[in-house]
Amino acid sequence: MPAESVIHDIGYQRYTGPRLGRAYATRSLFVHGLRAAFGLGRSAKAKIFPWTVAGLIGVIALIFAVAAAQGEEVSYQDLPQVASVLILVFLAVVAPELVSRDLRNKTLPLYFSRPIHRRDYALAKLASLTCAVWLILAGPLTLIFAAGAFGGGDVWTDVRGLLSGYAVAAFYAVIFSALALLIASIASRRAIAAGAIAAVFLVTLPVVGVLMEVGEGTVEQLAPLGSPVMLPEGIRTWVFHTGELEIGGFGPLYGAVGVLLPLACALLLLLRYRKVSL
Amino acid sequence: MRVAINSEVMRPAGIIATRSLTKVYPGKPGVTALADLTLDVEPGVIGLVGANGAGKSTMIKILLGLLGPTSGTVQVLGLDPMTSGDEVRSRVGYMPEHDCLPPDMIAAEFVTHMGRMSGLPRTIARERASEALRHVGLYEERYRQIGGYSTGMKQRVKLAQALVHDPDLLLLDEPTNGLDPAGREAMLALIHRIGDEFGISVVVCSHLLGEVERICDSLVALDAGRLLRADRIESMTTGLDVLAIEVGEGTDDLAKALGDLGLGVRREGRAVLVSLSDEDTYDVVLRTVAELDLPLHRLDQRRHRVAELFATKEAVNAG
Repeated sequence: MPAESVIHDIGYQRYTGPRLGRAYATRSLFVHGLRAAFGLGRSAKAKIFPWTVAGLIGVIALIFAVAAAQGEEVSYQDLPQVASVLILVFLAVVAPELVSRDLRNKTLPLYFSRPIHRRDYALAKLASLTCAVWLILAGPLTLIFAAGAFGGGDVWTDVRGLLSGYAVAAFYAVIFSALALLIASIASRRAIAAGAIAAVFLVTLPVVGVLMEVGEGTVEQLAPLGSPVMLPEGIRTWVFHTGELEIGGFGPLYGAVGVLLPLACALLLLLRYRKVSL
Repeated sequence: MRVAINSEVMRPAGIIATRSLTKVYPGKPGVTALADLTLDVEPGVIGLVGANGAGKSTMIKILLGLLGPTSGTVQVLGLDPMTSGDEVRSRVGYMPEHDCLPPDMIAAEFVTHMGRMSGLPRTIARERASEALRHVGLYEERYRQIGGYSTGMKQRVKLAQALVHDPDLLLLDEPTNGLDPAGREAMLALIHRIGDEFGISVVVCSHLLGEVERICDSLVALDAGRLLRADRIESMTTGLDVLAIEVGEGTDDLAKALGDLGLGVRREGRAVLVSLSDEDTYDVVLRTVAELDLPLHRLDQRRHRVAELFATKEAVNAG
C-alpha cells in the first residue's frame, strides 16, 4: 500500500447490465411482501405480532404432538380450526401491513411509474398474504409430524395426515387472505382496516352458531356457508369426510362457494387497484 | 483510477416529442388539461413551468404512460408510452410532488426495493441504492428509518429512488416543495449536477420560474394546458443585464452624455437604461452623473429575467 491513500470520487456510474422487467419485479414484490408479513427487513416492533402468533400456533402444535404421543386420536386437519382465531389476529395485522401502508403513504405512484402493472401489484400482494397464512399453519403442522416421527407408528399414515393438513391449511389461507386483503385495500388507515377485517369475519359467526344449534336439516347444513370462518371447515368436511360439521349433501355447494368467494374477492381487488388514483 | 463514463454513453437525440397532444378529462363539461401541444425537447435539464393546474402533472402522467392522450401523439425516448409503457417506465425515473415514502422503512432498504421494482438484480439493486443515496448526500444516514428524516432528507430519498436504476430521463414534480431556502439551493444544485455530470436528462416541473430558470438548458411554459413558449434558455436571455439610472432632473442631459460615451442608452419612463457591458460601466455612469452635477435618485442592476420574456410573449400573443 502506498503511504498516502487517496480517496477517488469515482463519479456517477452508468448501468449497462440487464433490466429484468415486469415478471421479475412482480416476483420481487411477492417475496418482499412475504418477508414483510413476518416483519423481516423491518424493525423489531414489526416482528412482535407475527412471531407471537406463530409461537402460539407452535404451542398448540406441541400440545397436539404430546397428545398424539400419549395415544390420543388427533388429526392434522384440526389444527387450522383450533388456531383460527390466531389466524384472524395475524390477518388483521398483516393484511393492512401489506396494502394499507402503501395507500396511506401514497407509495403506489412509485410502483406504477415502474414496469410493474396495477394488476401485478394486487396479485403479488394477494400471493404474499396467502403464502404467509399457509406457512404459519404449515410450519406447526410440520412440527407435529417431526415430533410424531420419533414416536414410531406408521409413517405413511402420518405423511398422509400431514399432506391433508397442508390441504386444509390451504383452504383457510386462500379464503381468509382473499377476503382480508380486499377489506384492507379499501381502508388506508391500518387500525380501521384491522377492525373491519375482524368485523367481517366475526359478525356473522354468532348467527351461524345459533342456526347450527337450533336449526335442523337444511338450515343446519347450510348455516356454515354464512360465515367465512366456518366455510373452510365445510370444504374440509366435503373433501375429507372428517370434522364435526353437518353439511349433508351440500358438499359440492361448499366447494363451489370456496372457489367463487376468493375468486370474487380477487376480481374486486383488481377492480379496486384499477380505480385507485395516483 | 476510474473515470466516470457519462460522456461516452450515447443518449437518444430527442427526449420528448409531442404532436398536437390533447388531453380532455371526461365529464360534463370535460376539463381540457392539455390542448394541441406540439413540442420537441432536446436532452438536458428542462424546466416545465406553469401555474398550478396548467397541465404539468397531466403531462407527466402521459409521459409515463399512466394516462392516455385524448388525441395527438407523444414519444418519450423515441418510444410511445402507451404501447411500450413497460420499456419507457424502465428507463424513466419519477419523483412525485407529494410524500410517498414509508416512514417505518430504512432508506437503503427502500431504495433497494424500488431498484428491484425497476428490474435491477438483487445485489446490483443494493449497490446502486447505496450509490444513489451517496449521490444525493445521504450516504452516512442511509441505514436510518425514513420517518426520522427531515423534509430535505426525505426529498433526497425521493430523488434517490428515481435515480437508482440509472434512468435516461428523470421526471421531477416540484422537487423543491416544502424546502427552506438553503434546502432549495442544495436540491437545485443537485439537479443541475445530475443533468450536467451524470448526463441524465431531467424534466423539472415547477410553478416557480425564477427557481428553475437558473439550472435549465431549456424551458417549456404551459398556461391552462396550452403551450406558452418552448425554447432553449440562451435564446430567451440573449439581452445583457442593464443598469437603470434615475435622476431628479436633467434626465435628457444624462441620456445624451451617456450616448456620446458610446453606451447603448434607452429611455424607460423616468429612468435611463444602459447596457451593462463590463465592470467599468458602473464607474462611467457614476462619473458622468457627478460631472453633470445631477441628483442621483436610483441606480440598480436589472437582470433580464425569463419571466419578463414570457410576459412580453404573452402580451404579443394577446395583442
